[in-house]
Amino acid sequence: MITRLLVANRGEIARRVFATCRRLGIETVAVHSDADAGLPHVREAGMAVRLPGTSPADTYLRGDLVIEAARRSGADAIHPGYGFLSENADFARAVLAAGLVWVGPAPASIEAMGSKIEAKKLMAAAGVPVLGDLTADTATTADLPLLVKASAGGGGRGMRVVRSLAELPVEIDRARAEAASAFGDDAVFVEPYVEHGRHVEVQVLGHPGGILVLGVRDCSLQRRHQKVVEETPAPGLPDATRAALHAAAAAAAAAIDYRGAGTVEFLLDARDTSRFWFLEMNTRLQVEHPVTELVHGVDLVDLQLTVAEGRALDPRTLGETYGHSLEVRLYAEDPAAGYQPQSGLLTRLDVPGVAAEFDLLNRPGLRLDSGFEAGNEVSTHYDAMLAKVISWAPTRDQAARRLAAALQGARIHGVTTNRDQLVAALRHPAFLAGEVSTAFFDNHPEVVDVAVDPRPAVVAAALALAEDAGVRRRVQRGVPVAWRNVVSQPQVTRFEGGPEVAWLAGRDGYLVEGVQVVAASPTGVILEVDGLRTSLDVHIDASTPPGTRAVHVDGPAGHVRLREVPRFTDPAAYVASGSLLAPMPGTVVRVAVTAGERVASGQPVLVLEAMKMQHTVSAPHAGTVTDLPVEAGHQVAAGDVLAVVDEEQA
Amino acid sequence: MSNRESMLTKLADLDAEHAKAVAGGGEKYVERHHARGKLLPRERIELLIDEGSAFLELSPLAGWGSDFTVGASLVTGIGVVEGVECLITANDPTVKGGASNPWTVKKGFRAAQIAEENGLPTISLVESGGADLPTQKEIFIPGGRAFRNLTRASARKQPTIALVFGNSTAGGAYVPGMSDYTVMVKERAKVFLGGPPLVKMATGEESDDESLGGAEMHARTSGLADYLAADEQDAIRIGRRIVARLNWRKASPAPEGFAEPDLDPDGLLDLIPTDLKEPFDPRAVIARICDGVSATNGQVLDEFKPLYGTSLVTGWAWLHGRQIGILANAQGVLFSEEAQKATQFIQLANQVDVPLLFLHNTTGYMVGKDYEQGGIIKHGAMMINAVSNSTVPHLSVIMGASYGAGNYGMNGRAYDPRFLFTWPSAKSAVMGPAQLAGVMSIVARAASEAKGAPYDEEADAGLRAYVEQSIEEQSLPFFLSGMLYDDGVIDPRDTRTVLAICLSVIENQTVAGTDRFGVFRM
Repeated sequence: MITRLLVANRGEIARRVFATCRRLGIETVAVHSDADAGLPHVREAGMAVRLPGTSPADTYLRGDLVIEAARRSGADAIHPGYGFLSENADFARAVLAAGLVWVGPAPASIEAMGSKIEAKKLMAAAGVPVLGDLTADTATTADLPLLVKASAGGGGRGMRVVRSLAELPVEIDRARAEAASAFGDDAVFVEPYVEHGRHVEVQVLGHPGGILVLGVRDCSLQRRHQKVVEETPAPGLPDATRAALHAAAAAAAAAIDYRGAGTVEFLLDARDTSRFWFLEMNTRLQVEHPVTELVHGVDLVDLQLTVAEGRALDPRTLGETYGHSLEVRLYAEDPAAGYQPQSGLLTRLDVPGVAAEFDLLNRPGLRLDSGFEAGNEVSTHYDAMLAKVISWAPTRDQAARRLAAALQGARIHGVTTNRDQLVAALRHPAFLAGEVSTAFFDNHPEVVDVAVDPRPAVVAAALALAEDAGVRRRVQRGVPVAWRNVVSQPQVTRFEGGPEVAWLAGRDGYLVEGVQVVAASPTGVILEVDGLRTSLDVHIDASTPPGTRAVHVDGPAGHVRLREVPRFTDPAAYVASGSLLAPMPGTVVRVAVTAGERVASGQPVLVLEAMKMQHTVSAPHAGTVTDLPVEAGHQVAAGDVLAVVDEEQA
Repeated sequence: MSNRESMLTKLADLDAEHAKAVAGGGEKYVERHHARGKLLPRERIELLIDEGSAFLELSPLAGWGSDFTVGASLVTGIGVVEGVECLITANDPTVKGGASNPWTVKKGFRAAQIAEENGLPTISLVESGGADLPTQKEIFIPGGRAFRNLTRASARKQPTIALVFGNSTAGGAYVPGMSDYTVMVKERAKVFLGGPPLVKMATGEESDDESLGGAEMHARTSGLADYLAADEQDAIRIGRRIVARLNWRKASPAPEGFAEPDLDPDGLLDLIPTDLKEPFDPRAVIARICDGVSATNGQVLDEFKPLYGTSLVTGWAWLHGRQIGILANAQGVLFSEEAQKATQFIQLANQVDVPLLFLHNTTGYMVGKDYEQGGIIKHGAMMINAVSNSTVPHLSVIMGASYGAGNYGMNGRAYDPRFLFTWPSAKSAVMGPAQLAGVMSIVARAASEAKGAPYDEEADAGLRAYVEQSIEEQSLPFFLSGMLYDDGVIDPRDTRTVLAICLSVIENQTVAGTDRFGVFRM
């Protein structure tokens, strides 16, 4: 029996496993990198062991340190979560060799599925439909488009769509490089790319009594090959397909005598839902497991632990399924800027109406699985997912409505997230009609860059700041804000990036063109436009000095984050023109030029890696590199000067 | 016309007069100034003061009724800079290059007086072409005091800061010269005693503006500029940093909290009769400008001697959490009782160090045999003695009439209240226009009778009408404000805010009453 369990992971999945442990009476041990020392999963565990360093390679991927941590803390079992070491057969072996319980499948099962190339062969042999294999040499124009995939790992890393044969060798090389960096294995393979594909997957549970199948999830809504919206049951599947998927998944799991929770992923043709192909099997708990938990009324972690303890599962405990569940992944990223990962201090994270966290619901409602809470620093060292928000309702429409409303009402301050995109997707007619596919965001660009009319938010932010100045002032407190006996001009409040508001403080309140100001305070503003009254919540982030504070405005139209601009700039602080600034925090992986070198416009200057994505920073114009303050390996923050290129005089 | 309509008409006129001051030299000159990348004086002030803070402009109508532009090419006022209440002056270069005229000088003096009495730092936003030469006789000799004022302020530990945006030559050069801190805008500031032509005439030396008085030169060579600013914004930024480091501490802590008035100040518009012959109850004014009842303020007004001398209301109230003593005319006329009541009340305020607010609506001390025999002069003198020698800060608001010696007893301009503001409904003169014309007529008739000459009734009627009209005009607020006889005409609804700012400004120095008055005639 497991008495003390170490979770070799971080963030929400660590918290998720701990929650079940607490319900079962199992003691908990966390591990954490230096960057994660302040996260909730560390605080919530009974014990915590530091893994020195910040990069995954130095910390969460160090199996030896994790096993040592288990030994030191007296843990008798290790749960790997997802990602990191969860599908590392060597690690599983080492855990078992150390005399610990491994909460996962046998190392051989992991190995069998770990190589996608080998897995495909195995599945074809077991009668599971698979896509044909191609290489740079065998692929023909007729096979286009193609998909290059890393054999190891998952989550879309090292995956590339290729639309011309000429690009194929280059893309294979790039995929290899990314795969090597992410998984330490540069094996990749090529297969036909199904243009209108849906990503569906079957949750399986292998136990001494056989293989249990827990329904089909649809995870088609993806950006950059990473899942964003997941749900179960998969919408619009004919019963026959559903049954075929169940059978194929069971066959796949049975082929490797699978034990524990696993997921068999399939590519389904959205145009012909009877056609599907085996993609891969994830030999671990999935990020999106909560939707299955809610609909099936089971605690999958509990079942994982039961199987790990060598017990059989009673199929009857799985019970009836009810309703529909939708999960969204709330990422710290900017969809409008190519999903650039965002970092910073998360100053607020409130989702209204949450009925449970990391737990089942006893009636339809909302669940939150979050790895972060207000006050946590979001870094770019790891995955950008902040939290998962999951709804459960009798029907899909209702679940989507509930989830969209919760996201819209959520207060997420400090880092830009994909929240508005999620809300737009959940309310999109095509989504509600069940028209999901992996190309959803490509086909509906309006969902990617959600246009929120910022004007009311800008007005609200300006007035809240004015009120805030009134509250904070040390002299003449109580004198009306910006009072003038001789009025010469409006006050103008400016925000970073250009938005500005001209306002006057009249005897009867604020005067702003185009809107009627009903009420204003430092925390909220009520505006009336064309007879429509809206209440906007304002949060002024006091963690930076006045003049540079972020102002968060939440209202019916969504969230708008603004930043004050200082009234004055010290001329000594001006940035030299021609400076290349880091577009995001990250690590300089390569510097392609030397100081003093002449560069052409668009010539790569250096490569920055953030969130395992490589970004090339190029010269904005032809000129000479006059300053190059960084070198490979340097950590940079967003806005840091990377290089200065003096423009060439024509 | 209702009281409100009448007041709103007057307020619209006031807005129009203020707009003239704001318009400065007019569209053409404002455009030219902007085109040079320069800010207007009020734009400079807006940038200088703390965001969201108030700005109490002083004497905006200076020069009204004269040949000079309303506002006298100078903006003065009290603004908060880095949490410090400062007296700010700014030349308006769009009005004849910012040249000083006699009204500019008077307005500047008044500003300096306010800085002195309330112990405020002064910030001068300088860009002036010097003196208006045609009127130099009224400027040159008295104007020298401006520079004396600066250095004496400095000596009193009231720092002086000059931000030089443009011309500041000849005598004007002594503004930066006499200031504690001087900031000059690069390529804009021009500070020299004599320009190239004058130098050429005087010594034959060939020179140019930059070598004689450029900002770079003064910052690097002469040392007259303590800071070189890159541009106007930068000069203001530096000015704010200077104030931030003045280690400024007010004498009294800010009040904790307070309630808004029990009655809506908007009602003041209905209160003031169009015809000032009709008295109105000042308690209705007090209830609209003083703090309402709250946990810490048990009563709006604690009246003193409510049953005695009822033509003058005296009592204690709070305004923005600060205690004040109020003297307010109730029935216009001041009798002996009112004068004695006022005298005692002023002494009480001095005993407990509480500022006084005078709300004027008086036609003066009572005349007539009984009153003269009853000692009205003695009693009026007691009141004027008390007002003159009282050392707690005084604030005056002329709501309606302020005639005759009543203006003195109620702390008119000559009695140096810290601040004096006027409502558009006010009138002030030695006596009412009709009375004055009537008196003149009676005196003329008597003189003519004494000479045995026939009295020209037609000429008398004409004279009476003329005198009445011209006295009426000279009794009106714009005229009085133009003469610098007040610190501004204000909207009655702003009275509470104006007084709150004044009371806050006063707290830069200790409020200390006196026990030394002149000999009271008993």
